[in-house]
Amino acid sequence: MPKRNKPLQPAQIEAYVRQTTQLLDLPIPPEQMADVVENFEQVHTIAQQVLEFPLPDDLEVAPRFEP
Amino acid sequence: MLASDIAQRVNGGEITAQAVVRTALDRITRQDKQLNCFTHVLTDSALAAAAVIDQKLAQGKSVGPLAGVPFAVKNLFDIAGTVTLAGSKINRDNSAATLDATAVTRLKAAGAVLVGALNMDEYAYGFVTVNHHYGTTPNPHDPTRISGGSSGGSAAAVAAGLVPLTLGSDTNGSIRVPASLCGVYGLKPTYGRLSRAGVYLFSSSLDHVGPFARSVPDLALAFASLQGPDSRDPICTDRAPASPNLSGDITGLRIAIAGEHFARGMTPTAAKALERVAKALNATSTVTLPETARARAAAYVITASEGSQLHLSRLQTRLQDFDPATRDRFVAGALIPSSWYLQAQRFRRWYRDQVRQIFNTVDLVLAPTTPCSAPLREQTTMELEGESVLIRPHLGVYTQPLSFIGLPVLSVPVQLPGELPMGVQLIARPYHENIIFQAAAVLEQSGITGC
Repeated sequence: MPKRNKPLQPAQIEAYVRQTTQLLDLPIPPEQMADVVENFEQVHTIAQQVLEFPLPDDLEVAPRFEP
Repeated sequence: MLASDIAQRVNGGEITAQAVVRTALDRITRQDKQLNCFTHVLTDSALAAAAVIDQKLAQGKSVGPLAGVPFAVKNLFDIAGTVTLAGSKINRDNSAATLDATAVTRLKAAGAVLVGALNMDEYAYGFVTVNHHYGTTPNPHDPTRISGGSSGGSAAAVAAGLVPLTLGSDTNGSIRVPASLCGVYGLKPTYGRLSRAGVYLFSSSLDHVGPFARSVPDLALAFASLQGPDSRDPICTDRAPASPNLSGDITGLRIAIAGEHFARGMTPTAAKALERVAKALNATSTVTLPETARARAAAYVITASEGSQLHLSRLQTRLQDFDPATRDRFVAGALIPSSWYLQAQRFRRWYRDQVRQIFNTVDLVLAPTTPCSAPLREQTTMELEGESVLIRPHLGVYTQPLSFIGLPVLSVPVQLPGELPMGVQLIARPYHENIIFQAAAVLEQSGITGC
């Protein structure tokens, strides 16, 4: 059973956003940072529902790539 | 005039394609300042195409089942010679498309005449058609309200009678939500049924295209013309096209109402519209699609991740040229870890398998399209079952889980006395659009739905 991630503090989310935007070479102006953090908090919350759901190891995605 | 009436009269020589197209262009010129549906009107090429149709008919040649029907497309469909904006300022710097999108080519081949491109949310990321660069497309039934999105221009242009037929795209509900709020028919076929070649994508795993119209026969005509394999779209099916059955006979069809997730959080008007449709189709039993809230969450993760990856280079270099309504959501989506995305994709397969089993016991499922009728433009929250909810994301609550697994869905318009229009979703198993058309014909013929 996958473990539900512990709720993160806003400062932890902000730290992740700052580091990952740097990694992606995605400069965020200081005045926009709060909105980006808020949006990522929403994504984080929504994603938990998906992450906590147990799936068997043999369940693969259904890609449509045909060589 | 309906598309089928136009085509019949043009093919029968009662009226010329040029007269029809000129009338449509005049209507657009007169009314679109208020309606703000069009971002581009193709006056010259439309009149030239109409003249060719008239010439062919005069020579006794066949023109097609949509002869002389004016149509328009969401501005993410390529139109040869025109820049594909996809609702953005950034794309204005792109070169003009050199080829029409396959869907545009196919409607033209059926005799329809392209008259312009239509407003949308930037890069299709929204349910409102409130666009920072190209303005808001108000609801034709009440301009103080939104038309829905992201294909808001496509739904509103049909609702206002500017053209009888338009095309839109649907990733999480972008055909069905505006169809519901504007009171028109909007079809999101099976994932892969219609070619998306030449369409500016948003989230490839979930992107569909489909038509809007004012009647079921019009929608069926368009759907029939749009089908067929296309090597330019890697997910477009090679299956035989569906032939919509409009006989009005639903004998033997097993029809049920979607319960739980789809039965919660709607206004009394939405509930009444669903009840009316269910009664007309003798649907009394309910079915439960399991883990539907989770399916919606997974669709959100996939959309945000794929959409943001598509736009990453533009986010890096032209962040301030994005619509403020989409910008921060795109940035947040770019930060999603790959494990979240892959879990959502694996969950998609799990959910699909569960829903496939349900369709062993039923042929058609009914659900509301939107939880409410068109909200006011400035309205941000609404009261539902005693709770305050944010309207904009909530508009897709019933549509998003269904496009997630590519089911074919038609939003049919219900007009209750004294109320704004409201859509109801007719949902079938993959590649069974025929069943949807059978039921839709019954609803239209009995006066339950209509524009």
